[in-house]
Amino acid sequence: MSFNNLDQLYRTVIMDHYKKPRNKGMLEDSVTIEMNNPTCGDRIHLTLQVTDGIVENAKFDGDGCSISMASASMMTVAVKGKPIDEALKLSTIFSDMMLGKELDDSIDLGDIEALSGVAKFPARIKCATLAWKAMEKGVVNESHS
Amino acid sequence: MISKDIRSYFPILNQEVNGFPLVYLDSAATSQKPVQVIEALKKYYEFDNSNVHRGVHTLGNRATESYEGAREKVRNFISAKSTQEIIFMRGTTTAINTVAQSYGVANVQEGDEIVITYMEHHSNIIPWQQLAKEKGAILKYVDLEEDGTLSIEKVRATITERTKIVSIMYVSNVLGTMNPIKEITQIAHENGAIMVVDGAQAAPHLRVDVQDLDCDFFAFSGHKMCGPTGIGVLYGKKELLEQMEPVEFGGEMIDFVGLYESTWKELPWKFEGGTPIIAGAVGLAAAIDFLEEIGLDEIEKHEHKLAAYAMDRMSTINGLTIYGPQDPGKRAGIVTFNLDDVHPHDVATVLDMNGIAVRAGHHCAQPLMKWLQVTATARASFYLYNSEEDIDRLVAGLSTAKEYFNDVF
Repeated sequence: MSFNNLDQLYRTVIMDHYKKPRNKGMLEDSVTIEMNNPTCGDRIHLTLQVTDGIVENAKFDGDGCSISMASASMMTVAVKGKPIDEALKLSTIFSDMMLGKELDDSIDLGDIEALSGVAKFPARIKCATLAWKAMEKGVVNESHS
Repeated sequence: MISKDIRSYFPILNQEVNGFPLVYLDSAATSQKPVQVIEALKKYYEFDNSNVHRGVHTLGNRATESYEGAREKVRNFISAKSTQEIIFMRGTTTAINTVAQSYGVANVQEGDEIVITYMEHHSNIIPWQQLAKEKGAILKYVDLEEDGTLSIEKVRATITERTKIVSIMYVSNVLGTMNPIKEITQIAHENGAIMVVDGAQAAPHLRVDVQDLDCDFFAFSGHKMCGPTGIGVLYGKKELLEQMEPVEFGGEMIDFVGLYESTWKELPWKFEGGTPIIAGAVGLAAAIDFLEEIGLDEIEKHEHKLAAYAMDRMSTINGLTIYGPQDPGKRAGIVTFNLDDVHPHDVATVLDMNGIAVRAGHHCAQPLMKWLQVTATARASFYLYNSEEDIDRLVAGLSTAKEYFNDVF
């Protein structure tokens, strides 16, 4: 049996986020978003602190596979300290990456780039996008309030 | 004994997936189709296709004969008394919803009880939740034993004289448990309730005799028993179906239509509004012929043997938990499991990369997942075309998954 194909999906940095999730937990006085993936049961509980249009802090809790939980961990790292519009822009880039689109090289995606292999596993794309969708919902609600 | 040659009837199994010969272990979700069924569909569309019950022309007659002939095949397959008791529907979900929306709406009142169990599929939960909400009725769940079986004592304690409907699955799509439907039906009847059976995982795998079970309704799907998708059956006792109102109104199901009032055709057609699922019924009839030729008793024996072999082999994997009855004699060919620390989606992806198809997730049974205290599980389900070699491949794949997630990272 070969691990080569699996390595396209499960990169070391993904497994690192899965086994040692960053920003795990819950924030008080925050925007709270519960989201689940009804087809597979993955669940995320995301809390965001947004002040003056900036995502000051983000924490998540939930249940799910390595891809969904690693993606949630990476997302919180990526959006922390960013203005809402930049967080949303990252989310768009992430969606494009899941669709296998060519990305602009000038943008440094950091750890998130490791998830690009998910695009080759259509059944797992929803796992990777769950946390990003939750974040979008949270900041959109906040920017309208 | 089922010979390994049976595989050759299933063209889809003869392919490689991700570089490995396909091992299909997801028949509880949907079964594969033998050439006999594929050919029957092709022949129907190439020679007989026409609408039923209306044409004077030859094709119309052929289509009608095929469609009504399929109904007789189904009657015989489940040992029903009359073809008037066999209603073609889209599948188990539509069949159960029809009972809830027709019999249920007419017979359940505020304060009445509907009894189901913790192991039900969503399709045998939500129609009753909706009915209970609509009517102010009480939905009660029979708790499960530790090994995922039902105790007759608990069933007896849950069903009361206020119970109007008892609706329980024959075989669990997650635990593989085979439920004592005949005894439960008797308890339901002693309390004046009707018995609905979700037979989706039973009809493909064991001999069903609705008269022996004495159940009032029995629902199943064609696609899980080698037939096409989009066709299923609602069996109901004639005396109940006769009193019931149709749920869908339109063409095909009417007798006379006036401007403000209409009357319905007799059974079974009053429940089959619109152009029926003709090709689906033709395919289902071919599937029944195929299964009968092998013999349902042989199929059941084969699956028990595979389940026992799988449980035996899988128990050698450290950290693997199998849910449901540990006695293979008490379960159908379904083995649901989790592998220590590896999420079932990840298990399923590793297996898929090795050409092995299993299901991962909540299996449309969220209340059961909660009862098991898990959010998701992986499931291998077997059918007549599976062999011990398939299970050896599964076990090797699981070892790979374990090694990959525990050692590589």
